[in-house]
Amino acid sequence: MTSKRRPEHQAPPEIFYNEEEAMKYTTNSRMIEIQSEMSERAIELLNLPEGTPCLILDVGCGSGLSGECLTEHGHEWFGMDISAAMLNVAREREIDGDVVLADAGQGVSFRPGTFDGVISISALQWLCNADKKYHKPQKRLYTFFSTLYASMKNGSRAVFQIYPENPQQLELITTQSVRAGFGGGVVVDYPNSTKAKKIFLCLFCGNQTPTLPQGLGTGESSQHVKYTQERSQNSFHKRQSIKKSRDWIAEKKERRKRQGKSVRPNTKYTGRKRKTHF
Amino acid sequence: MLLSRILNMRLITHNMLTSHVKGVTNGYPLIIEATEVEEKEVDFNPEFISRMMSRIEWPALVKAMEWIGKKDCLPEEPIENCEKDNDFLQKAHHALMEIEVITGSLKCPESGRKFPISNGIPNMLLNEDEV
Ligand SMILES: C[S@@+](CC[C@H](N)C(=O)[O-])C[C@H]1O[C@@H](n2cnc3c(N)ncnc32)[C@H](O)[C@@H]1O
Repeated sequence: MTSKRRPEHQAPPEIFYNEEEAMKYTTNSRMIEIQSEMSERAIELLNLPEGTPCLILDVGCGSGLSGECLTEHGHEWFGMDISAAMLNVAREREIDGDVVLADAGQGVSFRPGTFDGVISISALQWLCNADKKYHKPQKRLYTFFSTLYASMKNGSRAVFQIYPENPQQLELITTQSVRAGFGGGVVVDYPNSTKAKKIFLCLFCGNQTPTLPQGLGTGESSQHVKYTQERSQNSFHKRQSIKKSRDWIAEKKERRKRQGKSVRPNTKYTGRKRKTHF
Repeated sequence: MLLSRILNMRLITHNMLTSHVKGVTNGYPLIIEATEVEEKEVDFNPEFISRMMSRIEWPALVKAMEWIGKKDCLPEEPIENCEKDNDFLQKAHHALMEIEVITGSLKCPESGRKFPISNGIPNMLLNEDEV
């Protein structure tokens, strides 16, 4: 996204995610891979009870790649998305969730205490834009977070992978989430790599024993949270290995093993550069 | 084996969905007006259904079945210890997971606003003056 303008600056989401853009989510293998990787990481950060089938909300579920990951983990999910074209791709993919056409900025219209967890991949930054004359990003974010909070089970988490345009935007988002009652913090994966760096906003619903940064549970209510730009010592995992490095591969294999997937054993060749053959 | 399905609105979604039109205080349950309904077999996951029982608004599910013309498939009230009763869970599973609304609408019980369902997807988008 260095040479191209940010998608949010080009058109409102329901226009930007048209049929052509939606097609990429079935044909562009690189895009699919990145989306799935981020979904896996978001699900990991949800920290759901082991082996228990849960009900999850996917905000900006789009073509259902993230939903597919949820299904693979044995969960049921509902999705909401503002783009009919993206949802049509999800339909064609034969996905195992239910979806509604809805604008997150208008609020989450599910009953209180419905969800065991919430994920959202590359969608939330869209709410920072005023796409209509009457749009107020601050208000839309607050409407979203407060209704989302209500729809979640006490003690559950919401994990958002986001692409904030700048620190101010991240602050706009986190401020409104705190106002809505959430605790939590920001987890940054690979902070030192421009390419692999990923930002996850991890929000806690209800009074929880903190697993993420300072603030939560330190005598004050969970609404008082310090957001940190970098991952603190308290965050669940420390993953700072450079992507595709030997360590990174080993960690990934470890993670897949924990999920019960088959992986190749590590050898001295693991993570080595291969000669190019023609 | 997992059975694949095309995503259409199931009654579990209906059971959790409310009307969020501005000013509405009781937008639940949404009234189903279905013109096309399908039944599909879905793998029975007793653990999941059992977990959902405390979240399901049973009277709304009974109503939903009535609206789509399958009134007699469910007991009026959940039985005692239904979380552990396999027969009961199977019935709940059928109602929640195997019945899909393809076309029709969901009507807000308070404002009368209709949310259309087409291709199995409810359109919950609000107009400017409804937010
Ligand atoms: C990068 S895509 C995510 C794709 C999705 N995770 C998948 O697996 O296909 C971002 C999605 O966010 C959706 N989106 C953007 N703004 C939204 C809003 N205000 N409400 C709901 N969805 C929104 C877009 O329509 C798009 O499908």
